Amino acid sequence: MDFLVFQYPMITVQACLDGILLGVLFALIAYGMALQWGVMNIINIAQGDLVILGGYIAYFMYLYGIHPAWGVIVAPVIMYFVGIAIYKLVINKVVDRDLFISILATFGISILFMQLMNFAFGADVVLANSGYGTTMLFDSNVVLPNSKIFSAFISILFAACLVIYMKKSKLGRAIRATAQNARAAKILGVDTEKVYAATFGINAALCGVAGALISITFTIHPYMGLPYTIRSFMIVIVAGLGNLPGVAMSGMGLGVFEEFADYILGTEFRIGSVFLLLVLILVYRRFKLSRKREYLK
Amino acid sequence: MRLNKIILSFVSALVILFSTSVASFAKVVGDKIILGAAISLTGKYSSNGVHTQNGYNMAVDRINSMGGVKVGGKTYKFDIIYYDDESNPKRAAQLAERLISQDGVEFMLGPYSSGLTKAIAPVTEKYGVPMVEANGASRSLFTKGYKYLFAVLAPANLYLDVAIETAVELNGGKGVRIAQAFEQDAFSQDVRLGILDAAERTGSKIIIDDKLPKELNDMAATLVKVKQMKPDVLVVSGHTKGALTAIRQIAEMKVDVPMLAMTHCDAAKLSKQHGKNSQYALCASQWHKSLTYKDDFFKDGMTYAADFEKEFGYDPPYQSAESSAALLVFKDAFERANSFDQKKVRDALAATNMQTFYGNIKFAPGGQNVDKPMVLFQVMCDASGKCENKVVAPLKWASAKLIHPVPKWSER
Repeated sequence: MDFLVFQYPMITVQACLDGILLGVLFALIAYGMALQWGVMNIINIAQGDLVILGGYIAYFMYLYGIHPAWGVIVAPVIMYFVGIAIYKLVINKVVDRDLFISILATFGISILFMQLMNFAFGADVVLANSGYGTTMLFDSNVVLPNSKIFSAFISILFAACLVIYMKKSKLGRAIRATAQNARAAKILGVDTEKVYAATFGINAALCGVAGALISITFTIHPYMGLPYTIRSFMIVIVAGLGNLPGVAMSGMGLGVFEEFADYILGTEFRIGSVFLLLVLILVYRRFKLSRKREYLK
Repeated sequence: MRLNKIILSFVSALVILFSTSVASFAKVVGDKIILGAAISLTGKYSSNGVHTQNGYNMAVDRINSMGGVKVGGKTYKFDIIYYDDESNPKRAAQLAERLISQDGVEFMLGPYSSGLTKAIAPVTEKYGVPMVEANGASRSLFTKGYKYLFAVLAPANLYLDVAIETAVELNGGKGVRIAQAFEQDAFSQDVRLGILDAAERTGSKIIIDDKLPKELNDMAATLVKVKQMKPDVLVVSGHTKGALTAIRQIAEMKVDVPMLAMTHCDAAKLSKQHGKNSQYALCASQWHKSLTYKDDFFKDGMTYAADFEKEFGYDPPYQSAESSAALLVFKDAFERANSFDQKKVRDALAATNMQTFYGNIKFAPGGQNVDKPMVLFQVMCDASGKCENKVVAPLKWASAKLIHPVPKWSER
């Protein structure tokens, strides 16, 4: 136990700001998960691995001399097609099955991705340098790396674009209709198969953006996906499906919670505290999860 | 019932037949001495696993081409059976069993990492198979009373205490204030114990003592504390990811600390990934190519590095150098024992006292090498941004003068 937070008040400000910037990024990943969960009722265990794959795309651009920030444009495009491919190869065969089967399937995809990335990119920890410098606040007692600010800004930008797209575009309306009632949507002429594929693709694209941002702000490694899956899962069950402001709020909440857990309990309990929180919330929200499944092929 | 019995005895007969015929493969076939090794070729240790394997292979080729091993007036050549342990301790222990009981290997080389060596050591000990390992530095390996385990490297608790001693010396012999952050694995925790010892010895105070998680990619919290409490030394050990994360965030958060000491900078390719941001970092290393140790096979560190680069296309990290040294130790022990009897070879290993390009090798009763100090190098960059690792401590081997305290970020 460490009570530095109280001895040095600036640490509290630092932790809050760090947590919020980090939380926005988590919220972006969680938003993708919520979308897919809401529309297809699939809990994607491979979410974190898609994030890491997106990170590698930015990293390879950086290796070849392109600024990794361009990764936030390139990674989602590539990842969109990766998402569609995963849907066509695996997900559409399990989407009408039991929830358990789909969890198993995505769990399998997760293991496959980890091993493939390890095989293709090696087990080294890598990162992409943005060279963005640092913002100092309060007489340089609070420091915010510009890369974190950049990643929060890009996350908000993408989330906002997606919200508008979902509201205004034809596909967005079809996705929302399918999420509300797949049977009715199908009767009214929505091609649900196409909607499912697009949803999975959009989710993968969001993961790609987040991954590129993570490779700029933190480090990536083939086996680092799981904590991101757990975080987004948690954010979604706290916020509930289809509740976008909720996802954003609980994302930032989780970010701040993690930062404080880090300062007070110690860095070693950072991920552990997230898991603990997850268990508590699952117990609390068990009714929400036993929601009736609905799917039409 | 009777039929079952017949089938059962038939199967067991087959098993016995099979196992005896396999066992006859044994350690020395014709003119070959067959060593066994489980190495992490896939999984999270695969990059260092490959460095280890390259080190072994390089030494095997070199020893074989320079006349091999002479035992009982006959010349033998080395050969290694490798299995991939998938960076998994359980798998490593199974493979050690398999190497010994199925492939009949009677002498083993170590895997990569302390954790995997810990998994294999009880197996080799059980069968009385001498193992020379080059990549398990955890102190706990050498306190279990193993008789057949020999490590060519210095134990983990000695990795960074040179740094603390240097800091105290530069502080006029007075104790310093230390901030430390360690991952919670066997190796890093041993490094931590070493720092605790050094702190007690020198009257230094530990003001931040953080533990890092396995999934580490953010240590901002530790660094914020460092910024607020202004220690004299910051020590970080969390494998490659610890070194990379620390440098990135120290640069981004402009954390000023007079001395930064780390492990695993070699493997992290610090200056390659971070350029000038990694400047002034102090790194503990088992070996550096500029050291002037010598032997007949690789001549010296510089020659080894050049030959290694020619063969594998990269500058050898210390993990490769120490792995090569393990084979030199085996060769020397076989020739002194003048026999392939496991007990005799074990006794010869225990009596090893030699110099290799990697350093002096002499084993303590626990099996660790006590004759080779750790070295500290500092990342130094020139005006054009080209960075190099220069040995700065201990003074005997230093090729450059330690830059201390590290210049503030505002002055860089």
